[in-house]
Amino acid sequence: MHFDDLAHNWGPLTASGLAQGAIYALFALGYTLVYGVLRLINFAHSEVFMVGSYAALITWGFFGLDENSATPPTTEVIGYVVLGVLVAAAISGITALVVELVAYRPLRRHNAPPLAFLITAIGASLVISEAVGVATHRNQRGVPPLIQPADAFTIGNTHVTNLEILIILLTLVMMVGLDRFINRTRLGRGIRAVAQSPDTAALMGVNKDRVISLVFLIGGLMAGIAAVMYLFKIGTTRYDAGFSLGIAAFTAAVLGGIGNLRGAVVGGIIIGLFENYGSALFGSNYRNVVTFVVLIVILMFRPSGILGEALGRARA
Amino acid sequence: MSEPHIETPEWEDETARRPVDEPIPADPVAGTVPAQRAPSDGQALLEVDNLSLRFGGVLALDRVSFSLREGEIFGLIGPNGAGKTTCFNALTGVYKPSGGEIRFRGQVVTGRKKHQITAMGIARTFQNIRLFPEMTALENVMVGADARHKTSVISALFRLPRHWREEREGREKSMELLRFVGIDHRAGEVSRNLSYGEQRRLEIARALATEPTLLCLDEPAAGFNPAEKDSLLKLIRAIRERGITVLLIEHDMRLVMGVCDRLVVLEFGKKIAEGVPAEVRDDPRVVAAYLGVPADAA
Amino acid sequence: MTTVQTILRWRGPDGGVRGWFGRQPRLVRWTLLAAIAAGAYALPYVGEVPVIGPQIVTEGVDWRTALFNISYFVLLALGLNVVVGFAGLLDLGYVGFFAVGAYTVALLASPNSDFKTNWPWLATVPVAIVITMISGVLLGWPTLRLRGDYLAIVTLGFAEIIRIFAENTTLLRGDRGFSGIPHPPGKHADGTPIFGVRDAGPYYWLGVSLIIVIVLAIRNLDRSRVGRSWLAIREDEDAAAIMGVRTFKYKLWAFAIGACVGGLGGVMFAGQNGFMNSASFQIQFSVLILAGVVMGGSGNIAGAILGGALISYIPDRLRGVEIAGQDAFQYRFLMFGIAIILIMIFRPQGLIPSRRRAMELKDRAKEVAPQ
Repeated sequence: MHFDDLAHNWGPLTASGLAQGAIYALFALGYTLVYGVLRLINFAHSEVFMVGSYAALITWGFFGLDENSATPPTTEVIGYVVLGVLVAAAISGITALVVELVAYRPLRRHNAPPLAFLITAIGASLVISEAVGVATHRNQRGVPPLIQPADAFTIGNTHVTNLEILIILLTLVMMVGLDRFINRTRLGRGIRAVAQSPDTAALMGVNKDRVISLVFLIGGLMAGIAAVMYLFKIGTTRYDAGFSLGIAAFTAAVLGGIGNLRGAVVGGIIIGLFENYGSALFGSNYRNVVTFVVLIVILMFRPSGILGEALGRARA
Repeated sequence: MSEPHIETPEWEDETARRPVDEPIPADPVAGTVPAQRAPSDGQALLEVDNLSLRFGGVLALDRVSFSLREGEIFGLIGPNGAGKTTCFNALTGVYKPSGGEIRFRGQVVTGRKKHQITAMGIARTFQNIRLFPEMTALENVMVGADARHKTSVISALFRLPRHWREEREGREKSMELLRFVGIDHRAGEVSRNLSYGEQRRLEIARALATEPTLLCLDEPAAGFNPAEKDSLLKLIRAIRERGITVLLIEHDMRLVMGVCDRLVVLEFGKKIAEGVPAEVRDDPRVVAAYLGVPADAA
Repeated sequence: MTTVQTILRWRGPDGGVRGWFGRQPRLVRWTLLAAIAAGAYALPYVGEVPVIGPQIVTEGVDWRTALFNISYFVLLALGLNVVVGFAGLLDLGYVGFFAVGAYTVALLASPNSDFKTNWPWLATVPVAIVITMISGVLLGWPTLRLRGDYLAIVTLGFAEIIRIFAENTTLLRGDRGFSGIPHPPGKHADGTPIFGVRDAGPYYWLGVSLIIVIVLAIRNLDRSRVGRSWLAIREDEDAAAIMGVRTFKYKLWAFAIGACVGGLGGVMFAGQNGFMNSASFQIQFSVLILAGVVMGGSGNIAGAILGGALISYIPDRLRGVEIAGQDAFQYRFLMFGIAIILIMIFRPQGLIPSRRRAMELKDRAKEVAPQ
């Protein structure tokens, strides 16, 4: 274990961890929303994320941008980034909707037992990741250097990069927006109602199918945005990139309290930090091991998470 | 560590559940098998001591106390939502109390695992029947009988003598219990296909297979017509003859008055009356709780 | 209902082959089963059957090796079926037990191993079984109290942790792996060893024999209080516990048995291949086995055997066939992922339904909640 590594780099690790945590938070939203409404772990969500990352890369590819390109001027960069985010969000959202429609809805119609949903979920995850894997010959793909990491400001001896600021700000904006949506709008109320009691909500006139599709869509959109930020932070993607991130994001959702939106943020940040510190201590290969151990410990001792389970009580 | 799943008491139209011309199950054959133990002189078998149960903001049970003597048939009554099934759930290990405790033969029951409580001698049926739907009636009862068996996984794997012996004994005991409750002719039928009345009786047989000292029946007569209720009354008495104490939740006043030795009345989680049926029936608080005693209790 | 659903609709618990089989007297049933077993042993020679033989036999891979692959896949499917099908526990990390079995053999028997013990293959088998069962209990103990979906993801984590350790520790040698793993004992009359890497036939026959033993064992358990308890747990766990079933104990046993059988598969795999590394134990493999169990029909032994055979045979049969520039074998996960989804939607009871499961699902469909 490398304690001195950890102590020495504590600042940068924290800054990086916060940014990573922000990505996890956005990614975790999809898990927590779907679980809150359907009591289902949407294993395919990790592939929704991965698909978004490829969507952005392919879009940039249309403009001739790949990992070997030079960085375009700033005005263009803004355009490319916005476009990438929009396309990724859209594609991820659509993928999530398709998965719900094709894989889960028929099972709901047949009143299938919960085990069936889980099995289908893992099947869907496998299908999407393998389809992409076969199409890309299981190679990884690099990211055009649109954002050159530069130090935005320095605290002590910690350099905080512009990328990290961007990620954190973007996440904050999305979270606030989502929070307002869930709490202040009619659709948001519908989501909370279905999360608390699906049959009652249906009796009150809430269109359950529409709410569920909406929930998948929102989760997918968030995942797509997270995917673009992930691309900038990590620099590559692959057909199985969703898997280990998915585990981390799911752990974050559980840690914060599954079904609890603010919990996803809290959980995301904690996991992001833990993973970074853990990497420094044990080596980056053991990233996932750290995450899994955290997950097992939480589930054993406090399965309802830090903020408790509650999509319905959004103020909690 | 498991969270309580809150069963919302559903208002059910009892008579609408049953087809009118359903055959009435045969009367129980009391006394064909020797009683498991002679009814004793009545020491306190079960003590509910200041039992409280809180779900989030709701206080479902508020310092409820009562005790049962061995050999009696004890009624737990009250309007819907009073906390009766919650009491059962606390007794059988489904819920952990927020306060107080329950003692069975002096030993604390609350906080133990469900199968441990069964091993101690407490069995129950459920308000909304929870049979194993894909198993036959006989298999359902045999699961209950397994509770007293000692065959280990290894014994079963290698088909050691104990496995054969206990399988045979379990099968015999289960058939006997099916005869006792009057549905032995349906032993091979998948329990989902049984009629409503047969299912209720099957649940009782299954509970009896665990060889309990105390049998808790949660609304066993729900949905029965008067003739079936009479038949059930006889069955409950026959169960007591076998030396088993009975704790009964029931809405039908006539059944309750007809079979119970003593009663406790709950309302909104609090005990409001206790005593022999005649006293309780006339207690003004009880009358008020039920918004006027229904005509058939007169 | 759509046409597809109508075609695939299951006909009835007492109809079809299963019903007919169940109605035969005991002697007839056992004779038929013995005949099927004999047929299984004769499969290495099926290539010589005129006309259909060459269609069945695989081209891209040696037929006997393909048969051996089928045998250990079937073994794994049987093991996972105990966990998922009988006890109703979704284990997404089953490959972990397979890995524990294989690595135990490698560590004890391979000349590459740091242990330098160089045991013969046969001696490693009981040790592998014990260690795998212990790992099953270790995994199950903290996790079996969790809800079904949490259990799924934790078991996934277990397999991943094993894979990460396999890849990154020097003891387990990552992708360099272990070679020179010895074979079971036995020599032909002329002194050449029976078990070797080139002819997988003897390994296949060993596999079939193991399968028969395991099937008998599982059958014994199913038709006893153990099977009753598993079924009760699957149908209504809380009610089962209240009726005195020691739910935790039986779930743990299901895990241990599943682990043991998985480990046996790993032991066979390590021996036959002679070489193994961390690449053999990916998550997708767990899902593939699950696909086999689900497709074949979970909760019943015949279904698990059929499913396990299919997920091994079909990809091997397609090896050498090219689709869009890649060997068809690469498409196997994609294929079976799609199969999982289709089966879950149209025929969740699987190809060979267990009578109970089919009825259970039919009834659930009838009591559909208002949409």
